[in-house]
Amino acid sequence: MNARPPVEELANAMDGMEEIIKEFLVESNEGLDRFDRDLLALEKDCSSRELLDSVFRAIHTIKGTGGVLGYEKLVGVAHAGESLLSRMRDGSLVLSPEIATALLNMADVLRRMLEQIAASGGEGEADCSSVIAGLNAVIGAKNPRPAPPTKRDAGPQPDLPPRLGDILVTQQICKPADVEAAAELQQEGDPRTLGEILVATGAAHPQAVAEGLKVQSDHRDVSSNTIRVDVALLDKVMNLVGELVLARNQVLQFTAGREDSGFLSTAQRLNLITTELQEGVMKTRMQPIGNVWNKLPRIVRDMSVSCGKRVEVAMEGADTELDKTIIEAIKDPLTHIIRNAVDHGVELPERRTAAGKPPEGHLLLRAFHEGGQVNIEISDDGAGIDTDKLKAKAIAKGLISSDHAARMSEREVLNLAFAPGLSTAEQVSNISGRGVGMDVVKTNIEKIGGAVDLQSARGKGTLLKIKIPLTLAIIPALIVTSGGERFAIPQVSLIELVRCEGEQAGIENIHGAPVYRLRGHLLPLVDLNRELRLDAQRRGESVNIVVLQAGDRQFGLVVDEINDTEEIVVKPLSKQLKSVACFAGATIMGDGHVALILDVLGLAQMARVLCELREQSLAERGAAAAEAAAHRESWLLFRLGKSGRMAVPLSLVSRLEEFPAAKTERYAGREVIQYRDQIMPLIRLAEALGYAGSVDGELLQVVVYAANGRSVGLVVDEILDIAEQAVEVQPMQEAKMLKGAAVIQQRVTDLLDVPALLAEQRLAGLEGARA
Amino acid sequence: MNRRQLCTFFLQDLYFGVEVEKVQEVIRYQEMTRIPLAPEVIAGLINLRGQIVTAIDLRRQLELAGRQAGQLPMNVVIRRDDGPISLLVDEIGDVVDVEEESFEDPPDTIEARRKEFLRGVYKLKDKLLLLLDTDKAVAIVGAHAA
Repeated sequence: MNARPPVEELANAMDGMEEIIKEFLVESNEGLDRFDRDLLALEKDCSSRELLDSVFRAIHTIKGTGGVLGYEKLVGVAHAGESLLSRMRDGSLVLSPEIATALLNMADVLRRMLEQIAASGGEGEADCSSVIAGLNAVIGAKNPRPAPPTKRDAGPQPDLPPRLGDILVTQQICKPADVEAAAELQQEGDPRTLGEILVATGAAHPQAVAEGLKVQSDHRDVSSNTIRVDVALLDKVMNLVGELVLARNQVLQFTAGREDSGFLSTAQRLNLITTELQEGVMKTRMQPIGNVWNKLPRIVRDMSVSCGKRVEVAMEGADTELDKTIIEAIKDPLTHIIRNAVDHGVELPERRTAAGKPPEGHLLLRAFHEGGQVNIEISDDGAGIDTDKLKAKAIAKGLISSDHAARMSEREVLNLAFAPGLSTAEQVSNISGRGVGMDVVKTNIEKIGGAVDLQSARGKGTLLKIKIPLTLAIIPALIVTSGGERFAIPQVSLIELVRCEGEQAGIENIHGAPVYRLRGHLLPLVDLNRELRLDAQRRGESVNIVVLQAGDRQFGLVVDEINDTEEIVVKPLSKQLKSVACFAGATIMGDGHVALILDVLGLAQMARVLCELREQSLAERGAAAAEAAAHRESWLLFRLGKSGRMAVPLSLVSRLEEFPAAKTERYAGREVIQYRDQIMPLIRLAEALGYAGSVDGELLQVVVYAANGRSVGLVVDEILDIAEQAVEVQPMQEAKMLKGAAVIQQRVTDLLDVPALLAEQRLAGLEGARA
Repeated sequence: MNRRQLCTFFLQDLYFGVEVEKVQEVIRYQEMTRIPLAPEVIAGLINLRGQIVTAIDLRRQLELAGRQAGQLPMNVVIRRDDGPISLLVDEIGDVVDVEEESFEDPPDTIEARRKEFLRGVYKLKDKLLLLLDTDKAVAIVGAHAA
């Protein structure tokens, strides 16, 4: 079969070439990223030979492969960098900020060339003589400082296999001093390997050295255990697994009501395997957040140099893993936050010293998993946010009114930083402070289902917290039915489910806007049928409320029916549906029907729970905060004796009961009653508290108070009312079992201190530790 | 050799065609999930073997009268770069070979808002075959939005 036409052969050769070039591009870009990272580390630790070697190796490889492929310009630039680095290796030059800048510039030029090669196949016409000249200039400039003796730094470096010496020391085979001595011998020109020296000096047994070498080579092998996979392929596999999950759901639904045990167990196995496969595939898409973070030190360095600041970056939890799509989505917001922190947060060194802080600012990036979400925290020890200035700016821009500003809490003011068009920077720099930014950061993070929170202390620093979901592709969701259609609500926005029995129980209207009192707070209600203009179905007497979190507000979504929670596969909606803001996507249910996924934020905006105008929402929040501060509570009012008026917080009361007086019994010297298969002690409050004029009727009015799974009955003379209002407690010294008195419904009312009463009655077991 | 194949369908009394290579498949009526608040030309979402496809009611798009009660539309699934889109039509016709010589631009006397959906007319022996502009057919114009 040698009759292949020459054209085809050439095309095949070209194909092979393309593959090689593609690989060269990927490897070189990775090499340059490593170059940046290690060079920055080297700036901090000039004496590290390992870092210097790694930096050198990265450039050397690019130069070598580039030469084979015939990229002459690229080789020229890399060569200049390599010569500079070899000067550093032989100790005649020491890394200075100028050298680092020249080298980083070189990396940028190389990157641009690689981009050019990726786009057009050629190196492009870019003039690189200035970079080469820059590199040569720093080589030429005499280095004033003498080269310090290179010392082996302690601790293994990432990316490199651990050194034999380190392995032997951690395995407690050798003393660190022996290894140190052997390494010194090597440096003085001893041609033997470290292991040989150690064995020769008797510091280690040959067997131990052999084992140590094995450990080392195991580490080396890790890299050969990994392969590169095209992301598109992974995405395809992910989609297929999504399909499989749907098919599995359908099969499981099909099994309901079947009795064929063979079929059932097969279905069960399918279920388990699918779940495992899903987890496995999700893992392949997981990437450490360090992949994004690695670019940040470089940005910080460039910025701090241009602003004349000194900033140290520290990272914690760089190995925290996130879905690839999310990593992509947070890249830009993170970069922006970092820029802001360096530009606005960290002060100039003189100012920092004047404020009694170390001249270099510290920037800490932290990432960790918590409750199925990833938390990212970015903190700096800079000047913090000047809330007064922020307020003034917001007023000047007309975002809030001045009397409203006065009412705002510190936290609300801080959140103004996310309002569009606000920046506290006095000077607009070329990096940030142009007033676009934090609002975009917030929207971008909310778009992927995350949340942002800002905390700041004047003069101490700023902390920005980001919470984001682990993955976007398959999410847990609550399925509800409304107007005959099913909808999925992402579980992340879900707070609780409330079911009100009875005729429109507890739902009240304020100018036609329905609200529900949820534990003493007003919860605005949104009727899904009305919002989506669905056919209103007659609902029974009960009302289902799904309490949802949208941004920093909560609201209740009224739906016809609450079905179940399910893992759903999120599918995007086509662009024809982009105008509909209240849906985040669609999913296929177990029965093959399509259900829409509600976009809680969009829905809240549509229903005006969240107002587009920030001022309005802030004003409402201000009012809500003021109300919360006034401490509204529901109180149960009852009468004791002839005229005693008393109240307990309604939240402490589990039920109100009536018992025939004849049913009470005595046990252990105390009046008790059988209540729900328990013996419930009764306390005659009027007697216990000394109210005169109590009449024993045939029916006892009992307030049941429950704690720790046990109940106690407080016998009162009459239940009067339930009042919801803010109270101001006037303490009374002499009354032991009272918290004090307050004016409730325009009348002076005693407030019962239930824990104190129980303690007095030796029923304290109900309060805390059960006796 | 200037021939092309058109997949044809009926809409009210009109006879339409779409280039065969643009059609992914033709399927019978599928149950649909309607989308509240969506522009009214969007009939709903269908599950096409695990893929969620938006269905556009071509009658509404072309501002024709509504389908009679009980008359179930068919799906002509159009292949597009950003995923398939289904066009709801009354009935499916044959795949027809047409000759370019029989092609003519739509006459200017057609009402402008209807004419924009037509790329032209093939004069067949017994009837006229209208070539649908699929880009227009799947576009949602702001004015249509609810």
